[in-house]
Amino acid sequence: MKIGKQTIKLKNTPKILETSSAVGPKESNGPLGIYFDIKCSDVFYGEKSFEKAESKFMKSAIDNLLYKLNLTNEKIDYIFAGDLLNQCIASGYCIRDLQIPFFGLYGACSTFVEALMLSSLFVNSGYGTKVLASASSHFCSAERQFRLPLEHGNQKPPTAQCTVTGSGVALLVPHDIEKKVPVVTYVTPGKIIDMGIKDMSNMGAAMAPAAFDTIITHLKDTERKPEYYDAIITGDLGKEGTDILIELCKNYSVDISTVHRDCGKEIFDLNERDINSGGSGCACIAAVFSSYFYQELKEKRLNRILLVATGALMSPISIGQGESIPSVAHAIAIENEV
Amino acid sequence: MFSEYLYVFITGGVICSIGQVLIDKTKLTPARILVIFVVLGVIFTATGIYKPIVDFGKAGATVPISGFGYSLANGVIEGVKEKGFMGIFTGGVTATSAGITAAIVFGYIGALVSKPKLK
Repeated sequence: MKIGKQTIKLKNTPKILETSSAVGPKESNGPLGIYFDIKCSDVFYGEKSFEKAESKFMKSAIDNLLYKLNLTNEKIDYIFAGDLLNQCIASGYCIRDLQIPFFGLYGACSTFVEALMLSSLFVNSGYGTKVLASASSHFCSAERQFRLPLEHGNQKPPTAQCTVTGSGVALLVPHDIEKKVPVVTYVTPGKIIDMGIKDMSNMGAAMAPAAFDTIITHLKDTERKPEYYDAIITGDLGKEGTDILIELCKNYSVDISTVHRDCGKEIFDLNERDINSGGSGCACIAAVFSSYFYQELKEKRLNRILLVATGALMSPISIGQGESIPSVAHAIAIENEV
Repeated sequence: MFSEYLYVFITGGVICSIGQVLIDKTKLTPARILVIFVVLGVIFTATGIYKPIVDFGKAGATVPISGFGYSLANGVIEGVKEKGFMGIFTGGVTATSAGITAAIVFGYIGALVSKPKLK
């Protein structure tokens, strides 16, 4: 049911039955290292190319989720997934092997929440009883896709972010499954916001206004206050973007500074060399939600969270042609039932 | 002998730190900074500013990418002396051909024997 301007209330509150995550070496050694399910110390993951490795990260995360629940891939109705590569090849090649009906998504770094939103809407409407949502990214393949190949040894400015290597996956099931797990209550798909930022090394600044717009709209639509949530979690705004988001909200007389958290800031040690402004990429919020935040929800340390993933929807071609960076943010409210 | 190394180190260091400041403090992309350095190398050579820097800093001034501009400009000047008008077109690449070919050959060998790694 649509409420307010752009929020949907999910009457049947689908459950997030299980999650799984797989990450690369840098993430494994980061502050959230202990929470990830699969940790691979090799960026190639035993494959010949970074693109194949990225596919394998997603495949491992999905296989691990199925293993946790003792399920086989035939039991899954649909999968919504995407990544950062041209034509979403990481997901495409991964799901080729799984033989699950596939909806390919591109929302840049917002892909994971877009997938979560759509799969929970699918389950809510009864179109499926086991629907997967997944996203992946890989530092090395993203560098080739958006900037320059690693071989070039490119330098980065301090506002740049470091793409997370890995993948996260969540399984959505109908509410009548007997298990105490977090449920999805509201989703707020975002509009495209473009404030004219052209600097591809400062995507946090480009995406912060989109996050601001979606968060404010969500709070208005649901008539909730920021304090209603134990955490409002953004995907990958990084240091720069977070400061801008808090500032924008403050100017609007909404204070989210006490509840706001950013996966990009938490996944890496920000003082480490070449991390710069923090983590980014589809896998940032996907892996951090699927491991750390899902566990926090299950263990009731957090009970109500608003997951907001932001995506910068530019391409190297549009940047080369001098276009600014259009950004989108999608929000999903995930809560424990009392 | 030691002071010579010191001058080379200082000259190269100053040129590279200008690049670092440009990356950190401006919105210029690395590719643009690269091109600016080459073009400035050409202009400074043509106007006679780069020659004294090379005399002082030697490899410290010729190895950074601005040194490529220095070689290009000097090559064109040589080319014009030898071949006249055609030298404008042939001089630059002739003078820098060793560098260009070395970059391609060593780049190719490097790609054959090594794999890229996470920084």
